[in-house]
Amino acid sequence: MSETLKRPGARQTLNVVGTRPIRPDGADKVTGRAAFGADLSMSGQLVGRILRSPHPHARILSIDTSKAAALPGVKAVITGADFPDLGAEVLAGGEAVTNLADMAANVMARDKVLYDGHAVAAVAAISAEIAEEALRRIEVAYETLPHVIEVLEAMRPDAPVLHATLFTQGLEARPEQPSNISNRTRFMRGDFEAAYAAADVRMEGRYTTRAVHQGYIEPHACVAAWGSDGQCEVWGSSQGQFMVRTYCARVLGVPISNVHVTPAEIGGGFGGKTTVYLEPVALALSRASGHPVKMVMSRDEVFRATGPTSGGVIDVKLGASNDGKIVAARVEMMFQAGAFPGSPVAAAAMTCLACYEVDNFEIVGWDVVTNTPKVAAYRAPGAPLGAFGVESAVDELALTLGLDPLTLREINAVKDGSKAPYGPTYQNIAYVDTLAAIRDSEHYKAPLGPNQGRGVAAGFWFNHGGESSGAVHVADDGGIVVVSSNPDIGGSRAAMAMMAAETLGVPLERVRPVVGDTDSIGFAMVTGGSRTTFATGLAVVRAAEQVIEQLRQRAAMLWEVDADKVAWRAGEAVCTDPEKADLKPLSLATLAERASRTGGPISAQVSLNAQGASPGFGVHLCDLEVDPETGVARVIRYTAAQDVGRAIHPSYVEGQLQGGAVQGIGWALNEEYIFDAGGRMENAGFLDYRMPVASDLPMIDTILVETTPNPLHPFGVKGVGEVPIVPPLAAVANALRRAIGVRVPDLPLSPPRILAALEAKQA
Amino acid sequence: MSKHHISATVNGDPVEFLTSSGATLLDVLRDQLNLTGTKEGCGSGDCGACSVILDGRLVCSCLVLAPEAEGRRIETVEGLSDGVRLHPLQEQFLKHAALQCGFCTPGFLVAAKALLDANPDPSETEVRYWLAGNLCRCTGYDKIVRAVMDTAAELRQARIPA
Amino acid sequence: MSQLAFLAPLTPEDAAKALGAQGARALSGGTDLLVQLRAGRARPSVIVDLKRIAGAIGVREEGGGFVIGACTPGILLSEHAALSRAWPGVVEGASLIGSTQIQARATLAGNLCNASPAADSVPAMIAGRATCVIVGPGGRREAAVESIVLGPGRTSLAPGEFILEFRLPPRPKRAADAYLRLIPRTEMDIAVAGAAVNLTLDDAGTVTEAHVVIGAVAPTALWLREAGAALVGSRLEAPAVEAMQAVVRAACRPIDDKRGTVEYRTRIAGVLAQRAATIAYQRARGVI
Repeated sequence: MSETLKRPGARQTLNVVGTRPIRPDGADKVTGRAAFGADLSMSGQLVGRILRSPHPHARILSIDTSKAAALPGVKAVITGADFPDLGAEVLAGGEAVTNLADMAANVMARDKVLYDGHAVAAVAAISAEIAEEALRRIEVAYETLPHVIEVLEAMRPDAPVLHATLFTQGLEARPEQPSNISNRTRFMRGDFEAAYAAADVRMEGRYTTRAVHQGYIEPHACVAAWGSDGQCEVWGSSQGQFMVRTYCARVLGVPISNVHVTPAEIGGGFGGKTTVYLEPVALALSRASGHPVKMVMSRDEVFRATGPTSGGVIDVKLGASNDGKIVAARVEMMFQAGAFPGSPVAAAAMTCLACYEVDNFEIVGWDVVTNTPKVAAYRAPGAPLGAFGVESAVDELALTLGLDPLTLREINAVKDGSKAPYGPTYQNIAYVDTLAAIRDSEHYKAPLGPNQGRGVAAGFWFNHGGESSGAVHVADDGGIVVVSSNPDIGGSRAAMAMMAAETLGVPLERVRPVVGDTDSIGFAMVTGGSRTTFATGLAVVRAAEQVIEQLRQRAAMLWEVDADKVAWRAGEAVCTDPEKADLKPLSLATLAERASRTGGPISAQVSLNAQGASPGFGVHLCDLEVDPETGVARVIRYTAAQDVGRAIHPSYVEGQLQGGAVQGIGWALNEEYIFDAGGRMENAGFLDYRMPVASDLPMIDTILVETTPNPLHPFGVKGVGEVPIVPPLAAVANALRRAIGVRVPDLPLSPPRILAALEAKQA
Repeated sequence: MSKHHISATVNGDPVEFLTSSGATLLDVLRDQLNLTGTKEGCGSGDCGACSVILDGRLVCSCLVLAPEAEGRRIETVEGLSDGVRLHPLQEQFLKHAALQCGFCTPGFLVAAKALLDANPDPSETEVRYWLAGNLCRCTGYDKIVRAVMDTAAELRQARIPA
Repeated sequence: MSQLAFLAPLTPEDAAKALGAQGARALSGGTDLLVQLRAGRARPSVIVDLKRIAGAIGVREEGGGFVIGACTPGILLSEHAALSRAWPGVVEGASLIGSTQIQARATLAGNLCNASPAADSVPAMIAGRATCVIVGPGGRREAAVESIVLGPGRTSLAPGEFILEFRLPPRPKRAADAYLRLIPRTEMDIAVAGAAVNLTLDDAGTVTEAHVVIGAVAPTALWLREAGAALVGSRLEAPAVEAMQAVVRAACRPIDDKRGTVEYRTRIAGVLAQRAATIAYQRARGVI
């Protein structure tokens, strides 16, 4: 069931935006024609494979590649020594800032391996069989070192230290010893201690989550060629062709303009494809062999060496008055960063209290390196962990106060004019409307059966703008080509085409959207941060407006009137000069046909740094049923409501809500990285990683709250992709709490854990 | 050991190929027959992206050795449409926005076709269990299940004689 | 580089000969073998596809019982109405292996000879007192299903031996079986614990014969004679069921791993055995 909540009396004046057309790239994707990362082959290409560390922490004493290199059919063998040494330079290309030297050392280990699966060498050969045999013949001598996986253990003073150069930042004084704690983040307002001490009700809890993977179905894949002239070609799937270009160039030490990247279709990313793993290796193998090199990860490699997001420990203290006003909050979070600094703990700190007006709070975040794969962005990075802690604690507070969980959230809800915990003052937010949408839903009023519970949770994400480009070209017959700077990961071509059609006043069928390669469109940041429809959409709309301006001038030229006497209405130039009232409007097709006589091709490209992204709020409602004898929990009904500004293509916006909710359900119930005592991942496959399958789920109902369009976007767009993964962890956990009468504070809420909680309660 | 010379039928057409013993049907479809619509998501039968219909049965082509294909009939996503005319399942997937990234889509379409061939009137639960071997990480399955149910209804309607 | 060979013999004799070679591996449905090949856990020199042997695929009724070709995929078992009626537990055990896609490939012989402690089709086969016909260089022999698996990844089959078919005995009146397993999701998981119960009742509904087999809680599936004995003479009253559960839980020797804890598996094995017994009992009485 899907509903849309509009502002009472709001008038729909749009023809294309808000409708549900077939996506323009749809036919390719249902016929198998769409070419993803592994679907392209280059003439003469070799197969590239990576040798990975079997140890979570070890010094590389030596690597002997001679036996591998001697194997017939092997064309290149490379190690970390084949990459330039890089300084610790910070790059802002993806969703997070990236330390260049760390990224390069993650792509190929230098003196140390830091996790099971860390790349240590690579080969290119004429077949997969030979490449794999070559890997077996590479001899690596390791000195194994003690390892540490769990975040709290990694923070201990006696923990094995991953990086001798890592000194905690963000403390009052620089520490004298290196440690695994890379950073401390802190946000404060008012006086938490005093307000907490004075509160009528105090609440304290520790909540934990495990590392989870983005779980995109398409493994990382690329094919790359290093030309004899030093020009590099990369074809591959990623969340940003420009990100791949920059990172490859910097890791390999070549000029950025020497690298040409063509974005393939991308088979899911969720943040996990906002960095590079294979591309620089494929280029280095190509340089060494003189052949193009194709590389495709196995699923085992995807789990062991890419992604995941952090596991975390979240300590929450809440103080409230008896009538439900939260007067004090303290949240302290410790996150696994993986092998190199850079967990999303700062974003978690900024978002965890973003739904609440609290006068006195302290939020502390610790970024901690561990012998696990370096974390990558995952959909609203960090926010689900913080929200899991805070929304669970708020649910406990509601139970203690005897308040309805929605009421408690309404009492403390942020609204326009509220100051966000991370600084800005909210404008044009619809959190209160989103809470009301859930309260008014049929679902909220429906009765529950035995062993069932209903959980509520809220979530927040900033949504980004940033650098994007869009171009609009007019063909001879008036057809429109829209070039987007961003890979289409979930229907953004449709959104770009719809916004261009709406702006130009032409039928959608006349607009063909494409995704440009790095040489055919201006720069853009990655498809991520819920920014593409907003920022790239803004660039496309601005380019369409420039095209309209050109069309008005062409019409003015043909009519011999001033351009300000020409208006653009419903896809036609109309003369507004009352003295020339007999002039018939000029259609786009006519103007296009005559373009060569009025100044040449009509086209425009806009590159911009979009400001004015509006944050998003979601409220989710989850019904869970528990088998009290086995501890198995099933989600039996689910509704997600979200402040979306305005949905360009409502079906794909609903899809974002549904997909995000289900990823969150998987995170809550089953998904986790499991390591053995030796620090090796035990469940590096879909079978034992346990993402949700179709039979695990009910339909996911959605409510699109469109009461408050973003005034800083021509069509009111707010980002929508990330918010929906923020509430579900706590929505599920709160439903479980209410189904079984006891809190399980540790994810995943697996059957053994639930049964143990039930037995402990009975004992 | 020399390679095996295999004759099979793919999407109604006779094909011949040479294969090593250890290659999978998926490898041959993608790398030799240029049918890259069939995807590899895991190589272990856990995601269904490589689903094809083998002698009328839905299988993961990553779990079939290429030499096993001798004399067999294979249907892939490329064979679903009738020329440029889309199969009703393809139409409904588009109409329902039952895909986001589109990577799992070929596998879902082939699996759904096998379902509707076997069961023209599946319940929602039957659809969900039949498709449990196909992972989708984007959609949460909601719109996929609706697209399959609506296709089933459409095909049942089409079968009623005028 | 070792070269892998592939053979698809048409007769049992040729198959036995091919499997006698050093490093030969039998291929049935391939749903385990291909995963092992890909992961490098299996590196055979020759793969012997048994599916083209006459009779390897299919179900036939013989002497009041059933003969199931060893390479029959799960889907053909659940489509066989008479087999599903007589041996619903055996069929549900086989049907629980993997997805729709896996069901078109995975076989009883493969599930048994892969020798995983968690094999879903094995407990009900043992509880059903099934036997297998084994062909090898020395000719044919018949053996009880429970004699095949010795431990994780190890079987009693001699080099060159393979299973040609399974035999399920004739069914008396008022007899039925059931198999249940627990997985965290609804599909696509390996059993955390499993239990099969096969019951025969008299006209009054009293259990006259009972076999209880549990899976995934020990190195092999466990046929618990005392658990069955606890049910004989009862109509599944609480004391009998609790006695059966006590035997089950006492027999569990599971491991802690990514799929479950010792404590949880032990607890669940008892729950599943009780539930499977109830279903088998109701089926035997014709209630469901």
